[in-house]
Amino acid sequence: MEKTILSIRNISKIFGQTQALCDISIDVSKGEFLTLLGPSGCGKTTLLRIIAGLETPDEGSIFLDGKDVTGWEPNKRNVNTVFQSYALFPHMNVFQNIAYGLKLKKVPKLQIEKRVEEMLALVQLPGYGQRMPSQLSGGQRQRIAIARAIINDPEVLLLDEPLGALDLQLRRQMQTELKRLQKHLGITFIYITHDQEEALNMSDRIGIMNEGKLIQLGTPDEIYEHPQTRFAAQFIGQTNIFDAVVTGQEEDGRLVLSFAGGIIKAQGSGQTGEKVTLSVRTERIRFGEENKYGFTLSGRVKSHSYTGGLLRTILLLSDGQELTVTGMGGGYSRAPIGTQVQIHWNPGCAVIVERGGAG
Amino acid sequence: MKKRSRFAEVYITLVLLLMYLPIIVVIVYSFNDTKMFHWAGFTLDWYSKLLNNMSIRTAFLNSLQLAALSSLSAAVLGTLGAVGLTGRYFKARGILENVSLIPIMIPEIILGMAYLAFFSFLRLPFGMLTMLLAHTTFCIPYIYINVKARLTDLDPSIAEAARDLGAGYVRVFFDITLPLIFPSILSGTLLAFAMSMDDVVISFFTTGAQTSTLPLQVYSMLKMGVTPEINALCTVMLGAVFFIVAIARLVRARKKTRPLL
Repeated sequence: MEKTILSIRNISKIFGQTQALCDISIDVSKGEFLTLLGPSGCGKTTLLRIIAGLETPDEGSIFLDGKDVTGWEPNKRNVNTVFQSYALFPHMNVFQNIAYGLKLKKVPKLQIEKRVEEMLALVQLPGYGQRMPSQLSGGQRQRIAIARAIINDPEVLLLDEPLGALDLQLRRQMQTELKRLQKHLGITFIYITHDQEEALNMSDRIGIMNEGKLIQLGTPDEIYEHPQTRFAAQFIGQTNIFDAVVTGQEEDGRLVLSFAGGIIKAQGSGQTGEKVTLSVRTERIRFGEENKYGFTLSGRVKSHSYTGGLLRTILLLSDGQELTVTGMGGGYSRAPIGTQVQIHWNPGCAVIVERGGAG
Repeated sequence: MKKRSRFAEVYITLVLLLMYLPIIVVIVYSFNDTKMFHWAGFTLDWYSKLLNNMSIRTAFLNSLQLAALSSLSAAVLGTLGAVGLTGRYFKARGILENVSLIPIMIPEIILGMAYLAFFSFLRLPFGMLTMLLAHTTFCIPYIYINVKARLTDLDPSIAEAARDLGAGYVRVFFDITLPLIFPSILSGTLLAFAMSMDDVVISFFTTGAQTSTLPLQVYSMLKMGVTPEINALCTVMLGAVFFIVAIARLVRARKKTRPLL
């Protein structure tokens, strides 16, 4: 594990009546790509602004490279931000924009010119120095905003939904490019997005936020395969959430539960008779003519919807609940609508996201 | 394209006539070779008389000086006010904003009387100084409104980006904010200049016996009846005002077509 470069300790912030951030603590290692993921209004931008120094927390502290910088002005912190609106200086050309940080540090002119050229090459816009921001496309402005930030060699680079304004294709391309830049420069990235695919694709770790709280922090795998809460399960990927009652436990630790008139299995722990809420990813569910893993759950095929690569099937269970299943689309044969099928999944793929109450 | 109705055409012609006919009459009569109301041929006599009228020349220079000084002082004060009141929230902000715009709405005659009473209370000698104070005051809102509108349009993250890159508040103001709001300051100042240049009422209340401005001079000359000399003077002033307004418009238009300056 690399050393901790940024330490967020018990940060809370209140705006008027709303608790924007509630006791957030995260340690970020040097060179890490950390994504804060959450719906708009979840407090992720506020947290970013507190790290940048553009906002002061009501409680808690920020440590940068071991120093408490909580009360420091943004211009004193070795942290730079790429703003959602890019915030290029409209009255300066690209060169002046990128050079601004070094100019403030009174770096000699020749050296500034050399560094700006390097940056322009790095973001693949060589020769654009004399253009005005208004003459650039959205993607180009984005690259200039990144160049303007990283020329200062920040210890941490903060990116506030930097790809939000770009179209899908450009966004994919920029994702790859950002990731390449981050690996190449070894700078710690704290990246904000509400796009789960972006988060899974780019991050070393993801922090899921909702209503000012950090819901879960972990690697993309952990977050996807083992969501700890209903919110985390629903926010990333597509999943089925349902209640089941624990009826026993097997020797290998798996839970046996009753659900919709059948027997199902899941991982985790629970008391017999307890009602738990399970999450099963749509692509983990299998159905066919046979039972597996000791399941006795059955249902009927209600509908199919074809989305190109994937076929989404809705299964109707005997008690009226529905399960959504995704499988390969394309030329695979589909079970005719109305077919009675047996449903199962690998017990390790069903995760308990909520416990509580006797069923 | 839909054909415009006859009525609309007649209506707009009438409105324009009503607005501009009196002005056109003044301009035409300034070139009329008689003091009477019939047309007696073209002349530039009234303009040469105007140029040789010493009291008008002094009044003109006074007006110019007054308008320049008051609009420039108002530019500084109005800009500082707009910058200070934008982006910061405190309880008195709403009140402060409205209070600073009141001079535009209060009837001039009341403002003039208020200045008169206040300056007498302070025992200030009436003349250029008192007029300058009064004009600066009523000019401030023109700059304030213009600059405020521009500041509200600006993306706040531009200034934040500069701070993030290492600029202190002062650097942000001079490197970022000032260049971006400069066209608004300029157009506001030109408007204020025009307002000061043609003010009668407030100048009337705040000037002394020794100092006159161009509008005051016109007013006192009118007491002797309308002469073509006054028509000539009015034409000159109209020309000047149109010129300044045109520049202000141009500055604004340039700002619009190139929103990024």
